[in-house]
Amino acid sequence: MSVDGPAATFRRRGRIVVVGASLAGLRAAETLREEGFTGTLTMVGDEPREPYDRPPLSKQVLLGKTPADGTALPRRRAIDAEWRLGVAATGLDLTEKRVRLADGQEVAFDRLLIATGTRARPWPRDAEADLDGVFVLRTSDDAARLDRRLAAGPRRVLVIGAGFTGSEVASACRERGLEVTVAERGPAPLVGALGGVIGAVAAELQREHGVDLRCCITVTALEGDPAGRLRRAHLSDGTALDVDVAVIALGAMRNTEWLAGSGLGAGPRGVACDAGCRAFDVHGIVTDDIFVAGDVARSPHPLFGYQFLSLEHWGNAVAQAEVAAHNMISAGPDRRPHLWVPAFWSAQFGVNIKSVGVPPMGEEIAVTQGSLAGRRFAAAYGFQGRVIAAVTFDHARWIDFYRERIEAAAPFPPDFTGVDRPPEGIRPVSADFPDPALPTHGPTVTLSGYSPSDRRLTFTPARA
Amino acid sequence: MTSGTLLYQITDYANRADPYPLYAELRRTPVARQDDGVYAVSTYWEISSLLHDPRLSSDARNRVPLADGSLPPDPEEDSTLPPSFLRLDPPEHDRMRRLATRPFGPPNCPRRIHDMYGELTRMVSGLIDGLDGREQADIVDDFAYPFPVMVICNLLGVPHQDEARFHGWADAIVSGLDPNPAEGPAERQRVAQQARTELGGYLAGLIEEHRRAPGHDMLSALATEAGPDGRMSQLELITTAVLLLIAGHETTVNLITNGTLTLLRHPEILDRLRADPGLAVPLVEELLRYEPPVQLLPQRTALADIDVAGTLIPKGSPVWLMLASGNRDPRRFADADRFDPGRRDNQHLGFGSGIHYCFGAPLARLEAQIALTELARRLVNPSLVADPPPYRQNPVLRGPRHLPVAFDGLATRF
Repeated sequence: MSVDGPAATFRRRGRIVVVGASLAGLRAAETLREEGFTGTLTMVGDEPREPYDRPPLSKQVLLGKTPADGTALPRRRAIDAEWRLGVAATGLDLTEKRVRLADGQEVAFDRLLIATGTRARPWPRDAEADLDGVFVLRTSDDAARLDRRLAAGPRRVLVIGAGFTGSEVASACRERGLEVTVAERGPAPLVGALGGVIGAVAAELQREHGVDLRCCITVTALEGDPAGRLRRAHLSDGTALDVDVAVIALGAMRNTEWLAGSGLGAGPRGVACDAGCRAFDVHGIVTDDIFVAGDVARSPHPLFGYQFLSLEHWGNAVAQAEVAAHNMISAGPDRRPHLWVPAFWSAQFGVNIKSVGVPPMGEEIAVTQGSLAGRRFAAAYGFQGRVIAAVTFDHARWIDFYRERIEAAAPFPPDFTGVDRPPEGIRPVSADFPDPALPTHGPTVTLSGYSPSDRRLTFTPARA
Repeated sequence: MTSGTLLYQITDYANRADPYPLYAELRRTPVARQDDGVYAVSTYWEISSLLHDPRLSSDARNRVPLADGSLPPDPEEDSTLPPSFLRLDPPEHDRMRRLATRPFGPPNCPRRIHDMYGELTRMVSGLIDGLDGREQADIVDDFAYPFPVMVICNLLGVPHQDEARFHGWADAIVSGLDPNPAEGPAERQRVAQQARTELGGYLAGLIEEHRRAPGHDMLSALATEAGPDGRMSQLELITTAVLLLIAGHETTVNLITNGTLTLLRHPEILDRLRADPGLAVPLVEELLRYEPPVQLLPQRTALADIDVAGTLIPKGSPVWLMLASGNRDPRRFADADRFDPGRRDNQHLGFGSGIHYCFGAPLARLEAQIALTELARRLVNPSLVADPPPYRQNPVLRGPRHLPVAFDGLATRF
């Protein structure tokens, strides 16, 4: 062992494999090099192209303003990596420290970063999902295909699911002058992420922009013609719609199947890790050399009762990747926690939506600035007498203030006198989130604390 | 303000050339109460936080009398014109600013500033050509002042030949912003208000002309085009025009002049800029941190009791946000007193932050980038004739009054 310790030796000569070549994987790789890692770096990605940005796919790309292959992520620096693109990881051997790839090869590592993210939840019936005209929207190829089809001028587009992606797709369709129907299982758009009070505002917004919004409804079947082209959709209220295009926007699934049987604490909710991004094994023991970052990670957060949070947020992917990379090449005492306050944004129907904190944890909501009626407002969510989250519609520049309130566990309802106070004063009402046991499109923040359905091991306490 | 306090020393003209050691001292008390009841906030995180705090108002009508019973001076008060959006809170502020943005920037005019690149480059080249045959120039009078004035006139649709008329008004209005003038504040206020009224009258006539025969300028668009928020009233239009004209006059001048001064004090960076015009982008950002043209915001008022860094700012208190001090806060920026255009993490307060974030930032950036790149490229062996140069009186909009520079002729234009 060298005089400056194993961490320094690892920095010089270690082997790091990053599985997942998207935002989190790329930023982690850049951070590793930035902080002086000079060993070998392998980037594994199942898509054939280099890392690109996804937020524009449901916005500028669907509006035809940016080509789907024009969203490459800007590089912060050269990363001098071996790229294994177009080949998915299929397994992990924790004992031998090897990642198995779809092409039968294996890559050995000293430390591994798992950043495999999420994929679009597909339409549950394969035959219907395969119809020409049925789309999901997750990858650059998805966006290119959908953009081409929208440009061809379909008579009507059906969007299934009114979460953020579905709402953004509907918005883009309207901006292109297309007829669009949105079918949502829940009582309003965005209701899983922001609750019913804000959902009602989102619903008005959609209807005002000419969306045929149908809530509390499911699509029971997609019907094709003999040539295999989508022609009709059947709804749970017994009606049918003639549509040429259906966009399945039912949320995301975490890419953890390849870790099945590896011994890591990985499942449908993601890979559990500690605040330092170190993965847990199935026994809840923290691993030393396996790290997780981005949409696929779920980690405990002190601000939110130490519940495990999985976040499908752009900023989280970047921040978590940076912490994971730093910790991968640092000795114990130099490691940092990833204590990100969840934050995300959306743009739809001409409105800029931003949120901080964990809205689905909120029991109550109070508009603190502006007004719901004017669609320009800031609102705070309360949980057990403190501010737990906030959302803004076209009021984004105030968001830092609310983030600070959340970090400081400021009292709810908020008691401050400020500019742009609602004329009727600050009045808390129920935030009106649907029963989490009922399925709807998923929120972008998932709370995944203890759940009996997760228990796969038999608990056998040691005898005294 | 009681003489002898740090804030007084900072606003005292004697310390204009280098207020930074005083800022460093001020930061030892992040929220410092002055004897007259003003709270000076000097550290980065506290300023940044207050700029996003809805409990802090920009509307002078929320002020309460100071300890001595007087109201803090306000140059826009008692004017026949209503306050500009810079001095309003939401929702009025938001509506006015949205209306002003329509013909200026995104989403309606996303490329307007970008498309001015060629025009700005031609103006800069023309002004530098005008120095041909000379061995010395005053960067302020010969270059840094006329350039932004030409730009704002073109953008707004104000005839450039009227410049001499509104130069005087602009000067008087800006003097009124000086929180600690050498002469009696009352007289300054009176002159500033009168200038503002006269400038308003001049612009009212101009707006009428544009309404009858619209061109492609901002005043024409503001006077004739309506958006979802409708149109500005005549008085709103005039106050907005006054604001944009003054801001276009008085801030970029200092950015370009401070930039030239800083580059001449760091010849190795000047050489790098000459070799690599791409350096202009991070260089201007670093300038906005290191020598911001707007040094402080002396016009906020607490609407509630606000606890900042352990100090309670009582409701109604005037609050001064010391942007230039926050920009040099060592808890935020490593090696904060070093001018380093290579700085990676540079979220400075040069343009403020929050809802009043500088409206003209994209234009100011482009003007400074082009101006400094061209000066670096074309002035052969430039050197400072006086260091420090003579400064302008104003501590808020701080910059040299003159910047004499010697050089050995001009390099050819491309």
